[in-house]
Amino acid sequence: MITDILFYVFAAILLASASMVVSSRNPVHSVLFLILCFFNAAALFLIAGAEFLAMILVIVYVGAVAVLFLFVVMMLDVDFAELRGGFQRYLPVGATVGVVLLVELGIVLGGWQLAPGAVQLRMSPAPTGVPNTEALGRILYTDYVFLFQTAGLILLVAMIGAIVLTLRDRKTSRHQNIRTQTERKVVETLQVMSVAIGAGTNASGGYLRPKQPDPEPVEEHADAGGHGHGH
Amino acid sequence: MMAVGLGHFLAVSAILLVLGIFGIFLNRKNVIVILMAIELILLAVNLNFVAFSAALNDMAGQVMAMLVLTVAAAEAAIGLAIVVIYFRNRGSIQVEDVNLMKG
Repeated sequence: MITDILFYVFAAILLASASMVVSSRNPVHSVLFLILCFFNAAALFLIAGAEFLAMILVIVYVGAVAVLFLFVVMMLDVDFAELRGGFQRYLPVGATVGVVLLVELGIVLGGWQLAPGAVQLRMSPAPTGVPNTEALGRILYTDYVFLFQTAGLILLVAMIGAIVLTLRDRKTSRHQNIRTQTERKVVETLQVMSVAIGAGTNASGGYLRPKQPDPEPVEEHADAGGHGHGH
Repeated sequence: MMAVGLGHFLAVSAILLVLGIFGIFLNRKNVIVILMAIELILLAVNLNFVAFSAALNDMAGQVMAMLVLTVAAAEAAIGLAIVVIYFRNRGSIQVEDVNLMKG
């Protein structure tokens, strides 16, 4: 009974905040309502018994994705009032599509019933007497291990893609110049001196500055430049 | 008041899906809100998976919901990266101006 009341409360807040996400004038408010939306969806997951997914939703979505949205909204200096321009223009089309879709989904939901053999066709029935997290872990790393690895691969590709997309090449960053490296010659960089035995190099100034033939001398050139250090 | 069952979850997620699609139509200019609407749609999908998983007492639905969660996170990261570089190049995020590729 208390679960039913909680379900209706959380579902009402979820749908109300979802409608605020799409209709709010300020995108920062949209992000905050999205966070509220995720919290209420996590509560619905808890009511359905998916405890691990509820916690993942709070941690990953509220903690990472929503904060990422918040960062981007606040970082971009966009005139959001200007972006609201076509609100009235697109309202009839959007409302038409939404109502049609909702009616269709209602028809499907109204005439739908579970197939009689559905329970026999379960892929991995939930074990009894085992917590949700453990039950999920038991099948995630055995039956669905390829799915799990694919998820990891997707995250890797997303990470590399995001870095590659937003990485800005700075003028001051030091890159390896292959052409400069392979075009070095011995005579430009190396100097063989004949030093008398026991005389040291003090007579020739202690040490020699390396030649700098390249327009962009790099640290490695100075080290490989073959100059006699004093002593 | 009826006892909460599979139908209630499906109704909530259907309304959530419609709200997400409505949001895409409503915010045709603001790509960030469009990305948020896509998040709402994927949340509705997750709710469906979890509801069926609970109704059938089958753990496979929750595994699928985890995969959807992963894909949604990756999509948000890539989408926001594209928004950032687009803003850096054009100084605006108006979706109607996106015609660089003349598609």
